[in-house]
Amino acid sequence: MALLTISEPGQSTAPHQHRLAAGIDLGTTNSLVASVRNGVAETLPDADGRHRLPSVVHYRADGSVDVGEAAREQAADDPLNTIVSVKRFMGRGVDDVKRLGTELPYEFVGGESGMPLIRTVAGDKSPVQVSADILAALRQRAEQTLGGELTGVVITVPAYFDDAQRQATKDAGKLAGLNVMRLLNEPTAAAVAYGLDQQDSDGVIVVYDLGGGTFDVSVLRLNQGVFEVLATAGDTALGGDDMDRLIAEWLMREAGIQGSPDHGLQRRLLQTACRAKEALTEAEETSIELTLEDGRDWRGTLTRARLDEIIEPLVKKTLAPCRRALRDAGIDRGDIGEVVMVGGSTRVPRVRAAVGEFFGREPLVDIDPDKVVAVGAAIQADILAGNKPDDEMLLLDVIPLSLGIETMGGLTEKIIPRNTTIPVTRGQEFTTFKDGQTAMALHVVQGERELVEDCRSLARFELRDIPPMAAGAARILVSFQVDADGLVSVTAREETSGVQAHIEVKPSYGLTDQEVENMLRDSMEHAKDDMEARRLREQQVEADRVLEAIQAALAADGDEFLDADERAAIDAAVEALRAARGGTDHRAIKQAIENLESVATAYVDRRMNANIRKAMTGHAVDEFK
Amino acid sequence: MAITLTEAAAERVKNFLEQRGKGVGLRLGVRTSGCSGMAYVLEFADEIEDTDVVFEDHGVKVIVDPKSLLYIDGTELDFGKEGLNEGFKFNNPNVKDECGCGESFTI
Repeated sequence: MALLTISEPGQSTAPHQHRLAAGIDLGTTNSLVASVRNGVAETLPDADGRHRLPSVVHYRADGSVDVGEAAREQAADDPLNTIVSVKRFMGRGVDDVKRLGTELPYEFVGGESGMPLIRTVAGDKSPVQVSADILAALRQRAEQTLGGELTGVVITVPAYFDDAQRQATKDAGKLAGLNVMRLLNEPTAAAVAYGLDQQDSDGVIVVYDLGGGTFDVSVLRLNQGVFEVLATAGDTALGGDDMDRLIAEWLMREAGIQGSPDHGLQRRLLQTACRAKEALTEAEETSIELTLEDGRDWRGTLTRARLDEIIEPLVKKTLAPCRRALRDAGIDRGDIGEVVMVGGSTRVPRVRAAVGEFFGREPLVDIDPDKVVAVGAAIQADILAGNKPDDEMLLLDVIPLSLGIETMGGLTEKIIPRNTTIPVTRGQEFTTFKDGQTAMALHVVQGERELVEDCRSLARFELRDIPPMAAGAARILVSFQVDADGLVSVTAREETSGVQAHIEVKPSYGLTDQEVENMLRDSMEHAKDDMEARRLREQQVEADRVLEAIQAALAADGDEFLDADERAAIDAAVEALRAARGGTDHRAIKQAIENLESVATAYVDRRMNANIRKAMTGHAVDEFK
Repeated sequence: MAITLTEAAAERVKNFLEQRGKGVGLRLGVRTSGCSGMAYVLEFADEIEDTDVVFEDHGVKVIVDPKSLLYIDGTELDFGKEGLNEGFKFNNPNVKDECGCGESFTI
């Protein structure tokens, strides 16, 4: 008798139909697909036994598409229609891409939605479409190997990916006809693949991921079988491609190539550089052959020692994010249990040595660093597809930058601080600023700075139909929800009336990692200025509130309760506050507010007594007990 | 007749329902498919239809549509382990024959 598991309503599987699930590592240089078969997670090879699918797509004029090796073979001959490293453009805006574009052979055109399009003979292609073509090839491979349609997949993304980049990845999956059950951070997948969740003792794990185009370092903590990402740092414009570029530049100098080479030679230079680098993983030196523009062949030799020198600046560059991640996580190097190596570039001997020296321990390299992420994703996909009786593993990720809203005076009120584990829902109550205010504009921002103008604007929306109330009486709960994929939605609700407004944040273009880094660095460098700016804005807002209140009171009953001298004193204090409000000294504003408040004390008392008398008139004392 | 649960099965169902955070009970049923005629349906139930028959055993509501009940009345739902795999078993007195794997059956 077979053992059955309980399905969701209407989801019962037909007999003998195991839910086929796969994990996909959609990489900058190479992509892989893996699945759990007979209880073992393994990457799935193509008919020729190759596991890695080069993330290269070649478009032909007749509309046919090559993906992988076949496309890569076209790269040298038809560079304009052969798209490589498309992951770098995912979720980026036209301007971001154009900045990168100077180093790239593609022609970018601006799309309608601000999404960059790459001009090819088969039409303009968005990065999402190109990625979808890669995913479709992996899907086909998986379905042929597993003998059925995929129920769902888990696609991995760098921990650094922001909302727009994650959304773009999900869209690509959908376009490829895949059910994307979850996006999973790459370091988390790597740790899962190593079975570090099976360890008896809890500990801190560092994942050093140097791929083709991106560098990520993540600090994870394993706590009772649950992974928590404590901190991430990295650089999305750093990887094996950059090593190739440095080696290619060295080649150009050695071969005496002047000026800027044509596209074809550029390709050959990069391919030759890449082959030399790979050869030097095992060998101490390798010989190089290169066909120049004029058809001459150039020959040379590259030694391991020379390679180490060429790439040393890049290796050094990876260590700064390592330091930052440890600092963010509040972890000392001595507390680290394991260091996991991910990404083909960690095969480079100099990289392994540098990482070992930095963290003071031998990194884990047993699982093929190219496959480790896909394997972890497959394990997670198997669980999510419902092939396990229990969801035995819960994965937690973090948001890279704080989320908040704009408050009076252009200040940022952080609602979810950075590095908070997701999924998360957090709310905060706000109120109205003016009497009878019936609408409230909400501005959702992301960043670490105190002033809104220094943060990134994610979305704006309005809460309308707030019933008219005195300033400060309305109770508006603004709640932020970040789902497991890091996608944000915000709801504002006036609690007394129940009116609410909601927005899902889908930025039209993403934030580059450089920007994320800059935002973080700025927030540290400007910490003091920001504090001063915040104090000034706060005092200005307070001054406005006091001025508003006193003007309203004076207009209502100033003549009734005040004699000419008293009135003159208050008016003078009001003027003094107005003058201070216009300046930039928050202390002066504070003093002026206090001065006005003390001058007006007698007036405020008289008003209050009169109001109480008015309220009590005609009522028996008993009623107030 | 009725549908019953073993204590082990009831504990599991309660546990799963709690983890799921919603659901009124467990829906048992059959549908035609599979290599041997009929296949079991085992699902969480979020609502009870007017025509459904509801049993309660060990504090768990078991919901069955009247058509399915003809095929599974008298069934005891058990929970067991086989090696590393664990899951639910239908001990169905109506079954005359089942396929090798037991996922489908005839009566």
